[in-house]
Amino acid sequence: MTPDTFLTAENIVKRFGTHTALDGVSISVPRGRVFGLLGPNGAGKTTLIRIINRITVPDSGTITFDGHPFGADDVQRIGYLPEERGLYKKMKVGEQAVYLASLRGLSAREAKARLQAWFEKFGIESWWNKKLEELSKGMQQKVQFIITAVHEPDLLILDEPFSGFDPVNAELLKKEILALRDKGATIIFSTHNMASVEEVCDDIALIHKSHVVLQGQVAQIKEEHRTGCYEVVATEGTLKPVEGVFDVTGSTAQRHVTTYRLAKAAGVSNADLARAVAEQVEPRSFCEVMPSMNEIFLKIVGA
Amino acid sequence: MNKTMLIIRREYLTRVKKKSFILLTLLMPFIFAALIFVPLALSLIKDGSDKTVYVVDPSDHYAPLFQNGGGWTFSQQPQDDAAFYDKDSGVEAVILINGDPATDEQALQIHSRNQVPADLIAITENTVGNQVRQDKLAAYGIDSLDRIIADVQKPIHAITMQRDSDGSSKITNADIATAAGFLFTFLIYMFVMSYGAMVMQSVMEEKTNRIVELMVSAVSPFQLMLGKIVGIALVGLTQLGVWTLMLTAIITTAGQMFGTGGTGDATMMLSALMNLPFFEITLLFILFFIGGYLLYASLFAAIGASINAQEDAQQFMTPMIVIMVFAMYAGLYSAENTNGPLAFWSSMFPLTSPIVMMVRIPHGVPLWQELLSLGLLFGTCLACVWISGKIYRIGILLYGKKPNLKEMVKWIRYK
Repeated sequence: MTPDTFLTAENIVKRFGTHTALDGVSISVPRGRVFGLLGPNGAGKTTLIRIINRITVPDSGTITFDGHPFGADDVQRIGYLPEERGLYKKMKVGEQAVYLASLRGLSAREAKARLQAWFEKFGIESWWNKKLEELSKGMQQKVQFIITAVHEPDLLILDEPFSGFDPVNAELLKKEILALRDKGATIIFSTHNMASVEEVCDDIALIHKSHVVLQGQVAQIKEEHRTGCYEVVATEGTLKPVEGVFDVTGSTAQRHVTTYRLAKAAGVSNADLARAVAEQVEPRSFCEVMPSMNEIFLKIVGA
Repeated sequence: MNKTMLIIRREYLTRVKKKSFILLTLLMPFIFAALIFVPLALSLIKDGSDKTVYVVDPSDHYAPLFQNGGGWTFSQQPQDDAAFYDKDSGVEAVILINGDPATDEQALQIHSRNQVPADLIAITENTVGNQVRQDKLAAYGIDSLDRIIADVQKPIHAITMQRDSDGSSKITNADIATAAGFLFTFLIYMFVMSYGAMVMQSVMEEKTNRIVELMVSAVSPFQLMLGKIVGIALVGLTQLGVWTLMLTAIITTAGQMFGTGGTGDATMMLSALMNLPFFEITLLFILFFIGGYLLYASLFAAIGASINAQEDAQQFMTPMIVIMVFAMYAGLYSAENTNGPLAFWSSMFPLTSPIVMMVRIPHGVPLWQELLSLGLLFGTCLACVWISGKIYRIGILLYGKKPNLKEMVKWIRYK
């Protein structure tokens, strides 16, 4: 375990009757980063999240939280935004926010002061005395996010945080998440939305069929999954494949520019490839096509 | 503040602050009091005018005996007339005495356009009957025979005393013991039924609201369940407390207004009431109350956690209601034979004992039975809370699946 790891789960096994939801799952979440927990439906993500929230107890395996074995008091330092959102419908917004914050260890006065600050920041002070059921779904989501973050947890667990938000509010939320990370919080972020993974995640773990099949930094994973595909836009001449350097897999001509797609041969450096291309045509742009997280996800999960 | 306390506080305050709760709590005593006093008040109010009854008695022997009063005015007429039965005649009924009522069954008749009121029949029969009896006694020619008869017929009343071998004794009254028993039984039954169902309702609400996942990430499911059960019990106790105070005040005030109480019977009843084993009853009432409520409330909580929709509740509720209704009936029949086998066994069985035992206690129950019953109740209660906690823990996070009993047994075994 490296010193900057905030949370590690080692060899987690969880069975429900005959079904094994998690089979020897190990993840390590670096401190102060956004950690994406990915996986198709039914892979075991929710079970793992519940274990990290101490909602469920694993059959075997250990969890280390901020350098010590995970204990009951640690839930005070966790903020959880469940995928299935829900609050007390009949209760006033402010009242229930204070209640839920007190359950996370804040004193009533402290909770009230902090919540009012958050409400001001989001421009929703006027909701304080409304019943939750009077708010729209999007508004309820905002309230729920505030409740998740109000006790300034060291670890935030966000399950599909962007679902139900319009683009404007999703952007606002994204900023808040990144701001929390910059203040030192560690964030576990579970989602199906691969675009948001690329935008906010520093590291990921991909769970598939109860196992972790891929884990690491997003940049590094992309590096490892380089496909050797390049896109060259050229103005003059025609690009021909060069044996042992590259192959042309396709091209599209538009008036005076042509876009080529190349497949690089193994062991050739980008510099050599660029030189070989420049010998034949006048390149206007030359870029390596990096796989998107979506492609990597689909490739590994095998859709 | 302790988390369980926080939960209890929320469960309590959100309910007690509800307008419907405040309204119901304040109005119910008045409704109760109205149920008792309105019929009483109505019965005291008489029709404005007396009704006229004609008495046709050719012998003139009985007619003068009819006394005006009780809403009736009697007036003697020489003979029957069809005009008496006219709608506008103002005559309610006509009493016809033709012949000797002592020997002729047809002699005494009451004719009326309408049904003859029961009290008029009673007045007529008493008035004529008394005279007939006196006439008959007089016919024997024995001096003061009427006083001898009255003396002979004086009813004998047995005073019941409960005595111990050490010679101490006290006045008891089986009726009062039974009434007190029923009152306590009914209280437990009502309380467990309505507040147990409230626990279920509340658990289900959290589940369908999906807030439960957030809750159990902050507190343990067991804390959540216990907080709920205790919080709701406090709501019920608050209501009971307010009702008791208000009812006592209202009945005392109203009782003075109506001038009831203070008769010789009442002092006797009071002393019988005072001689009930009050300390024992109160203590056991509280214990059985707590045990019974905890037992049922935890079962209700488990049911609430296992189901997904109100409609599914019925299938699990039915057996519970059947058991409770059975307990209620067992209690009713046990009152007739408080030491019989039905009373004994159903006051030992934990699901019925809180209800049935309360019927028996005012009549005196051996200490070993009370202890055994309490032991069984609290033993089962702990087991039930434990099992329900297990079911609750798994059930609240499980959506979309309608569980069966087999499934729920499996949940209990989950780690």
